Amino acid sequence: MDKPANFAGLDRQLLLGNEAIARGAFEAGVKVISSYPGTPSTEITVNAAKYPRIYTEWATNEKVGLEVAYGASLGGGRAMSCMKHVGLNVAADPLFTSSYTGVNGGLVIVVADDPGMHSSQNEQDSRHYARAAKLMMFEPADSQECLDMTRQAFALSEQYDTPVLLRLTTRISHTRTQVTVGEPIEQPRRAYVKDMMKYVMMPGMAIKRHVVIEGRQSQLQKDLDSGLVPGAFTITRKSEKLGILTSGMAYQYVREALPDASIFKLGLVYPLPIEQIRAFAASVERFVIVEELDPFIETEIKAAGIACEGKSLFTLQGEYSLALLNKVFHPETVLDPAYDTSALTPAPGRPPVMCAGCPHKGLFMALNRLKLTVAGDIGCYTLGALAPTNAMDACLCMGASVGMAHGLDQVTDHELARKSVAVIGDSTFLHTGVSSLINSVYNGSTSTVIILDNSITGMTGHQQNAASGLDIHNQPAPELDLEQLCRAIGVRSIYEVDPADIKACVKVIKQAVEEPQVTVIIAKRPCALIPPGIGKKEEVVKLDRDKCTRCQACIKIMCPALLAGPDGYPQIDPNICNACHLCTRVCNFGALKGGNEA
Amino acid sequence: MSQPLSLNIALVGVGGQGTLVAGKLLGTVANLLGLDVKVSEVHGMSQRGGSVITYVRMAETVASPIIEPAQADFILSFEELEALRWAYLLKAGGALLVNNLQIPPATVSTGVAKYPQGIVSELDEKALGQSKVFSFDAQKLADEAGSYRATNVVMLGAMSRLTAIDPDIFAKAIDLVFPEKLRAVNHKAFQSGSDIIKYTCEF
Repeated sequence: MDKPANFAGLDRQLLLGNEAIARGAFEAGVKVISSYPGTPSTEITVNAAKYPRIYTEWATNEKVGLEVAYGASLGGGRAMSCMKHVGLNVAADPLFTSSYTGVNGGLVIVVADDPGMHSSQNEQDSRHYARAAKLMMFEPADSQECLDMTRQAFALSEQYDTPVLLRLTTRISHTRTQVTVGEPIEQPRRAYVKDMMKYVMMPGMAIKRHVVIEGRQSQLQKDLDSGLVPGAFTITRKSEKLGILTSGMAYQYVREALPDASIFKLGLVYPLPIEQIRAFAASVERFVIVEELDPFIETEIKAAGIACEGKSLFTLQGEYSLALLNKVFHPETVLDPAYDTSALTPAPGRPPVMCAGCPHKGLFMALNRLKLTVAGDIGCYTLGALAPTNAMDACLCMGASVGMAHGLDQVTDHELARKSVAVIGDSTFLHTGVSSLINSVYNGSTSTVIILDNSITGMTGHQQNAASGLDIHNQPAPELDLEQLCRAIGVRSIYEVDPADIKACVKVIKQAVEEPQVTVIIAKRPCALIPPGIGKKEEVVKLDRDKCTRCQACIKIMCPALLAGPDGYPQIDPNICNACHLCTRVCNFGALKGGNEA
Repeated sequence: MSQPLSLNIALVGVGGQGTLVAGKLLGTVANLLGLDVKVSEVHGMSQRGGSVITYVRMAETVASPIIEPAQADFILSFEELEALRWAYLLKAGGALLVNNLQIPPATVSTGVAKYPQGIVSELDEKALGQSKVFSFDAQKLADEAGSYRATNVVMLGAMSRLTAIDPDIFAKAIDLVFPEKLRAVNHKAFQSGSDIIKYTCEF
């Protein structure tokens, strides 16, 4: 069902932006893709894995992913690494210096920003990386452009001897639009030739390479200004009264809100075809830049001495919309709604919650009971910060919990370590937590780290990882042993516990925080949404109405399968119940029982 | 259809209710009709039992993928509270289709908020102009068709009665989107959705 539907008699397919990028990589003859999952970029690599001629893998983190792709490029094949915006922070180290060495086979780095923060911890604008690392950056405006620009990016990567960035936003990644696919090209691997001056970046070589990349950038600027870079921009000339400079999803809002305006649409958002833009700006009475997030283009345009309007009209936050543009350009627009919303009862919020049977919930209920300070991390379990568990004090970035717990320990002369823990998922631990754990042990920490091992990368839609025993194709792979890894690092005290057993969790955490050394608790239970974590249907929970006192202690754990009925008795939805039996453990009256016990 | 069809359809519900597949089906319908179409989805954290929306816009040309306030021709709400939440998207003269299902959100089960009573009758009474509200137990109909998971297709079947789109196009889309073993259930679910509108309103 996830495969793109083929339409008999029609050559158009309906593809997500992410699916179209995977298709573009296939058509461009890409040989290697190495990525770490991250919403909204994940489906690119998921879909690329369906093309047998592309080697794909889940890397342990984005830095590793980019380095693998770089190595593949060095070896002469076309290669790609895909990540979310904050993933590019992790991969920034290889990114900046790969700009100096350039490439052998084409190298494209896809980065997906998340304006509006649908599923992210910040709203950073990755376009700044293009300027900082002196790399060209494409930005598509629909799925067809996703495919076309991916192909284009590989061609330009080889032509200009540079890695190329392809920037997406959530709305581009996760919108299906019509795509006419092309034929895959044969892309023979380029020969690898040893070239120390190009690829070994020591000061003596890097000084010379810096001159080369400045030369590359000025050549690219000349070519852009002469209109020689295919796909860099398109101009639609209409009204002389209003001209808009835009790119990406903002272009779609402009197109709909301002059908009469002249539009300068950027495909390449860095570097900019400044002289072409200067001429366009001079040809219109009013020149406005429409871009989501930071005034990135606006700053460049103003630095070039071109007068324009931009962020003074719009906002730095969130996604743009047709409504926002109408507010600025057509304030007289009158809506004809079906409802006067001020007359409707306000709808109570519906925040996301942990799923029925989620293995994280029991552990967080234990943390709630112990009233500990919890250094949190990135994953489904970040929901532990919200009701009903309210058991997280900080969440910063991937892998940060372990270092934060060590910092809390040292700043209070080990006092707070008795009242605090770090919680981190298995995939996040392997991503960057493991290096922090090495640091904690080496530097005499007395902190406690709880690894929430649900044997999958859950949040992004169930990708395998080094500890799950399966590869990207769900084929058997070497299974990393978390306990052995922690022992090898030097952790002397390691516990394993079932996170659904609240009492056992409380006991083991109490004991662990008291120990004057680094302690690791592995809370092991598979994610309830996929095998083997899905509960048996015959074991779903049943209610004994005679024993139920309607105290609603079970309702308060906020399991999606448990609803309070109008008569006050809990109602169990057997379609949703995953038979984790967490509710049976909070019932003091034995009114809830698993199928086998009932 | 002398004039090319233009439809804005919002699919709203709770994460996991099948709005993504319904969006894909509608996108396929538009594709078969030779229209331009955009289907904008929500993935990631909001899926975890949160409020979700999938936007479907089909017309001769579609630019923005988002449906703005008072722009939706149809809202298909898979849950009552979500109908109330997203009702502002409906344009005067549009139709709101509500599945009679109440899923209390976390804010209600923890006692922070109360689940509003009589949502469907409120939406019916307060609808302006020619706007219409249809409500029915789509999950029950889906169950009867063979799987509660086909609730989304029951909703589409109901909507299809209110459009000029040939039901055969929907049937073809079901065949394209679903694997063979799920097709029969979904054809049946589509039909019962279509019938429920036939029985509950006069044309």
